[in-house]
Amino acid sequence: MNILVCISKAPDTTSKIAFTNGDTQFDENGVQYIVNPYDEWYALVRALELKEAQGGNVTIITVGTPADDAVIRKALAIGADDAVRIDTPATDAYFTAMQIAEFAKGKGFDLILTGKETIDYNGSQVAGMLAEALELPFISVAAKLDVEGATVKAEREIVGGAQEVEVQMPVVISCAKGMAEQRIPNMRGIMAARTKPLNVVAPVALDALTTYSSYSMPAAKSSVKLIDPNNLDELVALLHNEAKVI
Amino acid sequence: MNLVYINSANGLSKAALETVTYAKKLGADVAVVTNGGADASVLASLGNYGASVVYQDSSLDGQDPSQLVKLVAAAAQKVSATTIIFSHDLIGKAVAPRLSVRLKAGLVAGAVALPEANGNVKVNVFSGKAFGFVQVNSATRIISLLPNSIQPEANSVSCLVEAFDSQAGASAITVKATKKPEGAIPLPEAERVVSAGRGLKGPENWGVVEDLATALGAATACSRPVADIGWRPHHEHVGQTGVAIRPNLYIAAGISGAIQHLAGVNGSKVIVVINTDAEAPFFKAADYGIVGDAFEVLPRFTEAVKRFKAAQH
Ligand SMILES: Cc1cc2nc3c(=O)[nH]c(=O)nc-3n(C[C@H](O)[C@H](O)[C@H](O)COP(=O)(O)OP(=O)(O)OC[C@H]3O[C@@H](n4cnc5c(N)ncnc54)[C@H](O)[C@@H]3O)c2cc1C
Repeated sequence: MNILVCISKAPDTTSKIAFTNGDTQFDENGVQYIVNPYDEWYALVRALELKEAQGGNVTIITVGTPADDAVIRKALAIGADDAVRIDTPATDAYFTAMQIAEFAKGKGFDLILTGKETIDYNGSQVAGMLAEALELPFISVAAKLDVEGATVKAEREIVGGAQEVEVQMPVVISCAKGMAEQRIPNMRGIMAARTKPLNVVAPVALDALTTYSSYSMPAAKSSVKLIDPNNLDELVALLHNEAKVI
Repeated sequence: MNLVYINSANGLSKAALETVTYAKKLGADVAVVTNGGADASVLASLGNYGASVVYQDSSLDGQDPSQLVKLVAAAAQKVSATTIIFSHDLIGKAVAPRLSVRLKAGLVAGAVALPEANGNVKVNVFSGKAFGFVQVNSATRIISLLPNSIQPEANSVSCLVEAFDSQAGASAITVKATKKPEGAIPLPEAERVVSAGRGLKGPENWGVVEDLATALGAATACSRPVADIGWRPHHEHVGQTGVAIRPNLYIAAGISGAIQHLAGVNGSKVIVVINTDAEAPFFKAADYGIVGDAFEVLPRFTEAVKRFKAAQH
């Protein structure tokens, strides 16, 4: 089985979020990048489990600059066989998805996996865009994934519940919690990652469809109003009269 | 014209009314496209929120996003849509990106407000820690609206329901089983949420959480460790690596308020925190705080809500 796992870098979850250049750019100062948790914990680990059980190859792909190679090596250390970096900054989801689609076209991947979203732009866009560009079926936000022969058996989240579905490969799947457990890379994996192939591929010319023109921070909360734990009627009255939420 | 896709399989959800309201507020006339066999009279009631026409493909069950994308694209062509609106829910996340590629139309995913005067659309970024303003560079734009970002608003126009054949072809996805807890309020759509963390000590203690949720008509949620150890189902896990929510009221009991938890809930309009530790970081993000034991405070809270509701009648 040939599996392509799309990975994105993401700022570490404890990063201080700030913007520069008149609030037009994310301030990368002091920010540590990690592999986007959904891509790593669920998509990549499940891909590795499937490969270990059934054989095959796991390729990871990212759209990014040489600065992203460190994040790629982290994913290789967890166990991917080889990596591809499309050598251009990922300007928007459409641009990113179309670059990956261009690479993946005709390469015979059976499964293309992504995380359900990135924890920085939270768009949930790349997987669906890839599926459309490659004219493949798409299972969005899957919490379980198994493969039997050419059939994918998955459980996807639906509004207010979950659904077991089946589809024939090849297919694009965005992966969510429940699919696998985080793996901590061991020393051997980290050493091996240094020499695994990282193929740098030139991008194709295309335009992004969207631009982030600026950013802002939420207004600071005014300080908390403390309520006597023995006077919950007061809280309910405040929630009704002052906050108007009940 | 503006076009809205709604899922009407289980009647008209609040998310559907929000998207129609949003489209109407953009200015132009609103067309709605939907699939499934909802009653024409039910669909016509979307006229109360500003829809002038509803196109219904009753033959499509909506299980395969590659069929739904054909449905929406066909409707977009029919009405020459300039803006296409989805809810940023599980269906919107599956269909809107496909449509973006099909129409080469920029997608603003997870909008939290109407476009600014310059056309830029505000979205949540960094899991709710900040906002971004997205400019769309294509002639047609697609916006998926984060649930609970605007309230449905009456704006009555006369509304026609028309049968629509999208010629979407066969489904590539076979549904084997559907699990939907009866009566549960879907978390992302809930206006009120009662959430609890490791402070509750064990799954057997969740009764006090559920009682308050029932009294308030709220959905239940939890912190990540609680879902990880299996005290609660994964879909209740809120935060940076769980579901991001923005209810009107978020009540957190026995949750410390780690940065990754706050990321997913700080879009809530009002936050109430119940914690034994007065130094818990969550109090800094709270509007109302109670320093106290969740096992004592939650039942009293429930009683107070019941008294309030009884007095209202
Ligand atoms: C990459 C990454 C991603 C993460 N993503 C998420 C995420 O999406 N969501 C998330 O929630 N966490 C996430 N976390 C975990 C997060 O850092 C915290 O560990 C977690 O939120 C803590 O959960 P908690 O508040 O339930 O437990 P604790 O931190 O153990 O807090 C329990 C709280 O309960 C209080 N308490 C104890 N007894 C009582 C009582 N009787 N009554 C009232 N209060 C009581 C305590 O004072 C304490 O404040 C993530 C962590 C990492 C590293």
